[in-house]
Amino acid sequence: MTSALTISGLDCFYGEVQVLHGLDLDLRKGEVLCLLGRNGAGKTTTLKAIMGLVPARSGSIVLGDRDLTKLAAHDVPKAGIAYVPQGRRLFAEMTVAENIEIGLMTRNKGSQTRESVLALFPLLRDRLRQRSGTLSGGEQQMLAMARALCLEPEVLLLDEPTEGLMPSMIAKIRETVAKLRERGVSTILVEQRVDAVLSVADRVSFIENGRNRETVGVETLRGDPAFVQRYVGVG
Amino acid sequence: MSFGPHLLLATLEGLVTSAVLALTALGLSLVFGVMRVVNVAHGEFFMLGAVLAWWIASLATGHPAIGFLLALVVSPLIVGAIALVAERLVLRRLDYNPEATIVATIGMLYIIQQLALTFYGPEARPVEAPFSYRILFPWFGYSGYKLSVIAFSAILLLATWFVLTRTRIGLVMRATQYDRETAQAFGIPVGRVYAGVFAMGAMLAAIAAVLIVPIQQAHYLMGLDPLLLSFIVVIIGGLGSLRGTVVAAVLIGLSDGIISVFFSPTLAKIIATMIVAMVLVFRPQGLFGTAAR
Repeated sequence: MTSALTISGLDCFYGEVQVLHGLDLDLRKGEVLCLLGRNGAGKTTTLKAIMGLVPARSGSIVLGDRDLTKLAAHDVPKAGIAYVPQGRRLFAEMTVAENIEIGLMTRNKGSQTRESVLALFPLLRDRLRQRSGTLSGGEQQMLAMARALCLEPEVLLLDEPTEGLMPSMIAKIRETVAKLRERGVSTILVEQRVDAVLSVADRVSFIENGRNRETVGVETLRGDPAFVQRYVGVG
Repeated sequence: MSFGPHLLLATLEGLVTSAVLALTALGLSLVFGVMRVVNVAHGEFFMLGAVLAWWIASLATGHPAIGFLLALVVSPLIVGAIALVAERLVLRRLDYNPEATIVATIGMLYIIQQLALTFYGPEARPVEAPFSYRILFPWFGYSGYKLSVIAFSAILLLATWFVLTRTRIGLVMRATQYDRETAQAFGIPVGRVYAGVFAMGAMLAAIAAVLIVPIQQAHYLMGLDPLLLSFIVVIIGGLGSLRGTVVAAVLIGLSDGIISVFFSPTLAKIIATMIVAMVLVFRPQGLFGTAAR
């Protein structure tokens, strides 16, 4: 199977503190790869490093034949990577339509993309003129995903999309991730809870102290709960 | 002159002040809103606009309108270019750190001011108004040029509002203002947006200055008052709020005009400063600002 995105030997720092220590990661085409790990393990930093928001001091992040670490942060999304940040980070003062417009502008997509994204989240269509900060948590998460999908990305990065949502919304988000996989979008999904990912992920990478300890298929994980205990279990 | 016409005259004078002040303060407010940079050198960009207007107008021959219109176009462009260079050379290298940029722009204030003194000199020089038509009210005649300043400023404010709320440029600027990191994740070149906004802020001040030089003369120290008044306006109106800036500018301009005519200019300044103090105590985010999230 070919790779969609390959990270090798990635070192990242916040000031003088090293957060990622030679992290390796391989995302295959069309799969959902989940990053699991405790708080502060470096999951979010990995996503930010891919987006160029945290500079890589060494190592490479390769998409197709381009090394993303050589690009300016604002050129990374143009290469085809869309990001749904933790806590959604909508432009809260702007309307739903304006948030979507910003997504479309990133890669100069037009009304066709807009329609297909709105078809995925029909609820947003009725709220286009509403200020996005006044949406409910679940609706905000949908908008954050819609905004990212306006890029028609090859790779989608989702940072804890189900955090703080009610169960029906979590199901809806999972459903969307599955739908996107059918369309051939490769996804990196960051989660804290293993039960949130078993149904949607193809493989799971366990991140610990800024390193990728192990990558396993979900079948292996279902058969052997000890894996989860080792990397994310408490006590 | 009886009270009614006297009040009308004071109101008109106040509106001229408001018009120029709104443009200047809007520049300051945009720069702070989008970049979080408190630009202490803003008044010097205003002064540069006026001084350059005198220089450009003195080069032109023929009807005074030619020199004035040339100044109205060229002077803001030169000031914008200078601001752009200052942004690239200084602010960007400080990574737009809020404290460091205050100190840096104080330095810019003195450098620009002393350069103006060196090359332009300490004299105050006028620029001739493009036309000298007087509008005759039953009680007094009033400068048609001053009224056109009010109209031109209103048009420019409307245009700015349109750009900010109805165009892609405005969308990009607002996205940068609300969340710099997420804006980058959607392909917005934040560095270039900052450079553009800083230049645009300086250009608004320069346009305001070109409009005022036929009324007030160009002088190398003339930047201080607009800076102070802009800060007052922006604090009252709420930083980053266009509507607040305009409302506060009209409020301060009118009260300045009316109180100066009927009482004394000093009292007008005392009241303006008092309003600032009250706003800071009771509504620190300004009349139209939103509280920090």
